[in-house]
Amino acid sequence: MTTEPRAPAGRERQDGPARPTGRGGADERDREDAPDPAGERESAGEPDRSTGPERPAVPEQRTVPERSAAPDVYAVRDTAPVPEALPPRAKAPSLPRTRRTPAAVLTVALVVALAVLTLVSVGSGAYAIPLTDVLDSLLHRAGLGGAPLDRVGESVLWDVRLPRVVLGALVGASLGCAGALMQGMFGNPLAEPGVIGISSGAAVGAVASIALGLSFLGDWTVAACAFTSGLATVLVVYVLSRSGGRTEVVTLILTGIAVNAFAGALIGLFLFFADNAALTQITFWQLGSLAQATWPKVLAVLPCALIGLLLAPRYARRLDLLALGERPARHLGVDVERLRLALVLVVALLTAAAVAVAGVITFVGLLVPHLLRMAAGPGHRFLVPGSALGGAVVLVAADLTARTAVAPAELPLGVLTALIGSPFFFWLLRRTRRRQGGWA
Amino acid sequence: MNGQQGHHGHRGQDQHGPHGPRARGRQPYGKRVRGRPPVRDGAPDGPGADAGTGTGGPRPRRTRWLPSVRAWARQGAAPPEPPVAARAGSTVASAHGLTVRHGDRTVLHGVELSLAAGELLALVGPNGAGKSTLLAALAGDLAPDAGEARLGDRRCLDWPAPELALRRAVLPQSAELAFPFTVEEVVRMGRAPWAGTDAEDEDAEAVAEAMADTEVGEFAGRPFSSLSGGERARVALARVLAQRAPVLLLDEPTAALDLRHQELVLRLCRERAAEGTAVAVVLHDLGLAAAYADRAAVLDGGRVALDGPPDEVFTAEALSRIYQQPVEVVRHPRTAARLVLPVRDRRDG
Repeated sequence: MTTEPRAPAGRERQDGPARPTGRGGADERDREDAPDPAGERESAGEPDRSTGPERPAVPEQRTVPERSAAPDVYAVRDTAPVPEALPPRAKAPSLPRTRRTPAAVLTVALVVALAVLTLVSVGSGAYAIPLTDVLDSLLHRAGLGGAPLDRVGESVLWDVRLPRVVLGALVGASLGCAGALMQGMFGNPLAEPGVIGISSGAAVGAVASIALGLSFLGDWTVAACAFTSGLATVLVVYVLSRSGGRTEVVTLILTGIAVNAFAGALIGLFLFFADNAALTQITFWQLGSLAQATWPKVLAVLPCALIGLLLAPRYARRLDLLALGERPARHLGVDVERLRLALVLVVALLTAAAVAVAGVITFVGLLVPHLLRMAAGPGHRFLVPGSALGGAVVLVAADLTARTAVAPAELPLGVLTALIGSPFFFWLLRRTRRRQGGWA
Repeated sequence: MNGQQGHHGHRGQDQHGPHGPRARGRQPYGKRVRGRPPVRDGAPDGPGADAGTGTGGPRPRRTRWLPSVRAWARQGAAPPEPPVAARAGSTVASAHGLTVRHGDRTVLHGVELSLAAGELLALVGPNGAGKSTLLAALAGDLAPDAGEARLGDRRCLDWPAPELALRRAVLPQSAELAFPFTVEEVVRMGRAPWAGTDAEDEDAEAVAEAMADTEVGEFAGRPFSSLSGGERARVALARVLAQRAPVLLLDEPTAALDLRHQELVLRLCRERAAEGTAVAVVLHDLGLAAAYADRAAVLDGGRVALDGPPDEVFTAEALSRIYQQPVEVVRHPRTAARLVLPVRDRRDG
């Protein structure tokens, strides 16, 4: 056994007894030098309190000569005059708040912004409609008076512009909300639906349906295929990344990368088989656009998006707890596995809805929750619905820009969001990192 | 401990109220009045024990606005059943023949351990002895390969997560946070398990008390990510204390703390234990364990090598063997508490 306590005794023995300790003298140097008192020491091999260790071989030898009246020896104790109670520290029961914009203010601001953007967006374009006319027509349709526009104006407003704006708002809301959910789910502010392969999985279905010329569901074919393949992708990712009844984030993300690669290959394969017309369509679809918006398309997306958006806030509180980590969240009563599964499904629903009609639009799901978190704090009870609202605002604004910036041509929406989004995101990254000193 | 009164003026505020008729048949654990443990002062136990709810009559339930919307936004599920207070001294958590393997390494070998209400148990032992694993098993975090960990009248794994959260609180070894929540928000998360129960009413009080107890009030509004390691550890502890669960499992709560706060934390544990909470603490400082714990379980290589009051089990011989380091055990001259020190050479010159 290497634990023989008497090992140092031999060397210590020489000067041990010579030390005049325990004189009761109160100087500190004495106390510091004094070895432990024999009287109260317990040596190895003597399991219980030993009042007077008699065995010569143990390290008592190196300590003071035996004294029985130990407590006096310690009159030298260097204890500060201990008050009965510790001094009360300054408390701050008032709980000062951080400088965060209240969620209510932000919500109102976002709603107003969305309303204004909608009105501006439906009125502007190649066929300009004055704001008053837009309002008149809206009121008229709502049965609140007003007056209809002329035939062309009415058609442009109601059959072209409005479905486009509504679709943009739905897609943006879905993407923003999905981003907020994903970031909360992975505890990583840089997560987004593309990371675990949902976007590309949905894209595979959409590309396949275009390339193969499928039309079994009419207008809904692309959406349905995208949704089906997106959901299948999520389930595959989820099953593959589970081990031992739980999912590790790293495994999930790595699986997502592999799935992304596989989906990319499949898309390439379908492109290879597609004819020229389909190729063009796919290419523009992949760039992301709302140009083909019609009411049936809106209806095709509406169920998915609406269900996802209504379900999402239910998980807000549990997402907050998940920020503490998986185990602490479980300690606080969150069934983490079930939460993760539910979130994956909701995210799939939202992402597939967005991808099916508008192609791959990046950075909305990344940027919007990030900005809102900086403004209003990371609490998901605001962040999840707020990101939906913010996503709608961003996408409606982006679409308005895409339509009008280089008129009469039209920029692809996905290109625009990525062009503006990525540098902005780089800037955010650096800024936030500097301020927080890291991400965790 | 008297000096703590200044911190806790709100404690015992209800002492003068007549005990009102029971509003509900069952005593919601969270309703107890801190500082006057229902299990000690009142009738010994049983649902009829009326100690601890002297709130001057039954408090009216808070009016629920738009109940359906609230339920929807919450979880949709009925609130979990709160636990009944356990009698002091009765076993509330235990391990029976608990064996846990990580890969082909057996981390715990048939561990037998019990934890009683009102008891402060220190789990000590060398690195890798299985202390944290034992705590995790008691917390219901992992499935044992053999044997079982029980909490209350069920196996830990049989409790649904929401119910488990009302029955035990766990402090993990390291406190992490993915997003920059403020300190106050983090502590408030400890109240999440009580959402929807009657005890939800005491959320604010529990949070304020936990923050005052752990002295984190002064940075309540700061983001958790901006705190130092020791401050984070205290905030995490405050969150766990705010949970007010009848079983507290703390994994090295003092690891990152300065002297003052180490004492503070152990004093808090003592206080909680005196109120009837069962507290298990993983400690490395054997002196702290000896000074504060009612009982110490010394783990060695996945087995409970020693189990008993620190005064009995902290012997130089046994500790030297277990830690493979010669130690000497001396008694503090004033308090007579055991001090465990490594045998060191004297520094000459």
